[in-house]
Amino acid sequence: MTDLLAARLGMAMSLGFHILFAAAGIAMPLLMVIAEWRWLRSRDPVDLELTKRWLRGTAILFAVGAVSGTVLSFELGLLWPGFMRWAGPVIGMPFSLEGFAFFLEAIFLGIYLYGWDRVPPLAHWASGVVIAASGCVSGIFVVCANAWMNTPTGFRMENGVAVDIDPIAAMLNPAAFQQTLHMTIAAYLAIAFAASGIHAWGLLRDPASAFHRRALAITLLLGIACAPLQLVSGDISAKQVAESQPAKLAAMEGHWETKRNAPLTIGGLPDERAEVTRYGIQLPGMLSWLAFGDVNAEVKGLREFPREDRPPVLITHLAFQVMVGAGTTLLAVAVLSAVLWVRRRAVPVDRRFLKLLIAVSPLGLIAIEAGWTVTEVGRQPWIVHGVMRTRDAVTPMPGLVVPLVTISLLYVFLGLVVLALLRRQVFAAPRGPMKSVRAGGTEPPR
Amino acid sequence: MNPETLVAGVLLAALVLYTLGAGADFGGGVWDLFAFGRTGTRQRDVIAHALGPIWEANHVWLILVIVLLFVCFPAAFAALSTALHVPLTVMLIGIVLRGSAFTFRTYDRSDHAVQRRWSRVFAIASIVTPLMLGVCVGAVLSGDIGVDMTSGRVTGGFFAPWLAPFPFAVGLFALSLCAFLAATYLTLETTEPDVRRAFRARALVAAVATGVLAWTCFALARSGAPVMHEGLAGADGSLVFQIVTGSVAVGAIAALWTERYTLARALAVAQVTLIVCGWGFAQYPLLIPPDVSIANAAAPANVLRAVLTVLAIGAVVLLPSLAYLYRIFKLQPGR
Ligand code: HDD
Ligand code: HEM
Ligand code: HEM
Repeated sequence: MTDLLAARLGMAMSLGFHILFAAAGIAMPLLMVIAEWRWLRSRDPVDLELTKRWLRGTAILFAVGAVSGTVLSFELGLLWPGFMRWAGPVIGMPFSLEGFAFFLEAIFLGIYLYGWDRVPPLAHWASGVVIAASGCVSGIFVVCANAWMNTPTGFRMENGVAVDIDPIAAMLNPAAFQQTLHMTIAAYLAIAFAASGIHAWGLLRDPASAFHRRALAITLLLGIACAPLQLVSGDISAKQVAESQPAKLAAMEGHWETKRNAPLTIGGLPDERAEVTRYGIQLPGMLSWLAFGDVNAEVKGLREFPREDRPPVLITHLAFQVMVGAGTTLLAVAVLSAVLWVRRRAVPVDRRFLKLLIAVSPLGLIAIEAGWTVTEVGRQPWIVHGVMRTRDAVTPMPGLVVPLVTISLLYVFLGLVVLALLRRQVFAAPRGPMKSVRAGGTEPPR
Repeated sequence: MNPETLVAGVLLAALVLYTLGAGADFGGGVWDLFAFGRTGTRQRDVIAHALGPIWEANHVWLILVIVLLFVCFPAAFAALSTALHVPLTVMLIGIVLRGSAFTFRTYDRSDHAVQRRWSRVFAIASIVTPLMLGVCVGAVLSGDIGVDMTSGRVTGGFFAPWLAPFPFAVGLFALSLCAFLAATYLTLETTEPDVRRAFRARALVAAVATGVLAWTCFALARSGAPVMHEGLAGADGSLVFQIVTGSVAVGAIAALWTERYTLARALAVAQVTLIVCGWGFAQYPLLIPPDVSIANAAAPANVLRAVLTVLAIGAVVLLPSLAYLYRIFKLQPGR
């Protein structure tokens, strides 16, 4: 394995791992403050229990998110010093702001987690709100930095150094709005369905559980709200990509020949040697329409670009299909849930429906991974689109395979432990309808 | 003052706060490993209780340092992460395992074997991390990380700058400093006299070890970090500085000995602050001796000014929040 490949895989590993925890760090606090708000108003012990269980889940996920995020901050330099040497100052604005968001998150998580009987109830709840807000904001900042890599603005290159740097213009680059919107909704959507799956499973085992029923009502509602929004926001993202990164769009779509009235290819396998995409279903004119809002618009094909400027087509195309497939499925399930909910006038708990929820529960997280693969692999061979190639950014350090393997093993281990602990803390909920009030009690049960 | 010096000052301040906060958290991990004797279990509880609410906030100072470094002194960041790739990676593994093991222990089963296993991981990671951080500091001080500032290439190699006695002596010094800080804080985290006495004994041991290691570093610096050694032994201001630091250290030991714990904590804080600042002043205006300086690594002035503005606004939100956190958990008497 070349060192460049090891570095790319290493970065992908770390980001792919971190993003799962980051998504939880954005969305879980929201669920938690909704549950606590309900408890403050209703004093119903089910709501308190729910708050605490989600809180324990959040605490576990947050710790792993924080340490894996730290690894990322260092890896930007450990793996890509050639990039950070000049790009650091340009994307410094979002990263500096993010630092403060992390501080707020960590501080108020400490208060929320350990302060149940040290601060007044409303202040406790407000700490939760700060966590939820700063989690959301920190995700937005870091995605601004990533969007800059896709649509770099706010500087000029002169002899390998960035000059005339405008940090604000760099942060508010053309892709920033689309990407942050799409990622933020993605986090809520993915976690809503992942959590729905967990609680659906709980209800299958123990249909009388008031705890899981209440939980499902909250998570499913969030999922229903986010699924249609995500489709709209994905369309906005696609139009942005079409405008600013034609090679990425062509790779996403497996689209080889520049033409008007370009067809949308669903599925299919791009063959990079023969420069064709086989076995796909073609919808005439749809690609032109989705990308530019006009069935007759011209869409550039991959043949337009010299080979050394093309991203890996197969991976990008497949990842895009996976994301869109997952998004569409989740939307269908969201619509079904809404219909059942209105019909039953209560959160639906039919066994078949619960099984469906379990089946689709990983789809949001899978879509996040796939979507990032589209964004990052689709940007190749550039680390900063049109400005710097990835191979020019990599560290001269030899033997990068060693940290790659070590850190990957570490992540596998952490992932397994986290799953086991979540099972213990969130899933193993009190059975049946709940009566007893258990206020106080800051520490988790042993 | 020009913006790059101001940012460098903020960096130093963040490092001081990181050492005072997270440094002590690492020290807590060290004492988790050495929590033996009759009060062993209770010592562990006190440590866990002291760290729980604050370790994540303390940890963020490191992230702030890294971000400021790559935004404001990108050449220094690139050079450090190239030349110190290996110790930094080991340190990262330590950071990951420390944080996760601590959290996992809180939420895993309470039976002895499981708790014991996570404690071990937590403790060993708490030792490795400050050790490696110290090694990195030592490598910087040694002056062996040569950097060609036009190409950005690192000329000192990937191993030579840190794989030497002096950096490891600094690493051990950093470790014992953390342990000393932690034990001193911990005397105030409990109301039980026997547990408190156990931490007092540990603080005294660590204080002596810190002193011995300080001298070892100084002796090794003659060949390991010649420029630094000359600076410490030569310049007039630095002698005064060393005498002050030394007296504060002796004062901290005396306060511990006479069981004046609040005073001991204040003196320990002063001591560590002086040491970190002393390091900063000793190599001022260089970031990575001998080639990288505050001036030649700095980002353009408008970026620095923008960052300083963000820092000022951020501080308005951050400092009261931090004060609130510490008021809730540290100014109310321990259990
Ligand atoms: C729950 C997750 C999820 C779901 C259901 C979708 N996406 Fe997505 N998508 C993401 C999660 C995501 C992401 C992981 O968050 C990405 C990666 C980078 C980004 O900004 O968002 C992304 C990127 C991304 C990009 C590339 C943006 C860029 O490179 O700048 C496009 C064009 C789309 N998406 C389009 C869609 C469409 C048309 C969807 C219709 C169903 C869709 N996404 C569903
Ligand atoms: C968290 C979500 C993200 C995921 C899952 C992700 C995924 C990936 C993947 C798969 C690669 C490898 C590309 C390849 O080998 O072809 C990569 C590379 C990279 N990403 Fe991202 N990325 C994410 C966000 C970001 C952000 C926010 C930044 C920076 C601000 C970033 C910076 C980089 C860099 C520097 C590389 C290495 C150069 C390259 O291969 O393009 N990524 N990432
Ligand atoms: C698009 C991708 C990313 C998103 C949405 C994101 C979001 C988040 C969130 C919400 C957290 C809070 C911790 C948690 O709840 O788990 C977090 C932690 C962290 N992230 Fe990321 N992040 C992303 C990528 C990155 C990258 C590329 C870096 C490195 C440059 C990074 C650095 C960090 C750090 C240092 C922390 C720890 C903060 C702490 O100690 O509280 N993240 N991230």
